[in-house]
Amino acid sequence: MMNPQTIDALKADFPELTAGEFREQARVVVPAAVVHDVLRALKEKHGFDLLVDVTCVDYLHYRDAADRFGLVYLLANTATNERITVRTFVNDPNPSVPTVVDLWQAANWLEREVWDMFGIRFRGHPDLRRILLPEEFAAFPLRKDYPLQGRGERHNFPVLTRADS
Amino acid sequence: MAVDLPDNVVVTKLDELVSWCRKNSLWPMPFATACCGIELMATGASRHDLARFGAEVFRFSPRQCDLMIVAGRVVMKMLPVLQRIWQQMPEPKWCISMGACASTGGVFDTYSVVQGIDRFVPVDMYVPGCPPRPEQLIRAIMDLQEKIQREGTMFGREFEAPHRQGPPRALRTAPREHAPKTTHP
Repeated sequence: MMNPQTIDALKADFPELTAGEFREQARVVVPAAVVHDVLRALKEKHGFDLLVDVTCVDYLHYRDAADRFGLVYLLANTATNERITVRTFVNDPNPSVPTVVDLWQAANWLEREVWDMFGIRFRGHPDLRRILLPEEFAAFPLRKDYPLQGRGERHNFPVLTRADS
Repeated sequence: MAVDLPDNVVVTKLDELVSWCRKNSLWPMPFATACCGIELMATGASRHDLARFGAEVFRFSPRQCDLMIVAGRVVMKMLPVLQRIWQQMPEPKWCISMGACASTGGVFDTYSVVQGIDRFVPVDMYVPGCPPRPEQLIRAIMDLQEKIQREGTMFGREFEAPHRQGPPRALRTAPREHAPKTTHP
């Protein structure tokens, strides 16, 4: 369970923040401009020492969606067993947010995966390369405007025959 | 004189002898990427005992193998590795595509999964199943042994370029002679 004082303290520090709850899980939505400050406050003031996951949702064609990409940070406090979800929204063109590698080293590969799949650029990331797909892959395959079966990347290889192998 | 003997008499018999040796000492390269690899391991283990067919010597260096068993799905990042391993294997060499994923992509019709390895490397035997039972893989190895015995040549003429050999075997329309029936173990 979430300590309600944490949410109140966050709201006092960041008036643009909106807080909610879903099935007893606290979540806050913040503008992209202050997401790094909110995450820093959660880590340094409120003891959320574990970054569980960084992931992203593409809301293209989603009903009543105002923004395109929703970034999700899942945090945990290993001392008090609290968990919190921090969300922020970014948009085309060049969607980007500041990196949180300076706060949690765990963000390094997680942010690389979001870059690989969604093309969200993390400003200040020490090594923002593709992590799962080949380096020469040109698209961001988890975006909703990318076809499910790809654009022929899986067929673009030389064919070895019996004669030349 | 011996040099006047027609070539086909001597060569044909030597071909059969060499093919008989080859078919009974297939050394598999286990290219196991998914659950088919577990069945492949079971095939090599004591219960199903691939040693009965002379194919128990799994080698993890492609330079010592002559049978590549592709067991599992191959993604586009893995395909250059597979092609490199295939090229590193010395001839004569054969390839078994084990399971639905290696043969067709299976249920993984997504941007990153290769839809059948036979698009990019030659395949001799396809094993259906998801994953296939060890008996099915053993059946494929036995069929491959028959194929080696039937069309194998000492100098690998059956592997030559298509323009010297006719159309690829997979594309021939003429009915092939039916393989002799074998008794199932």
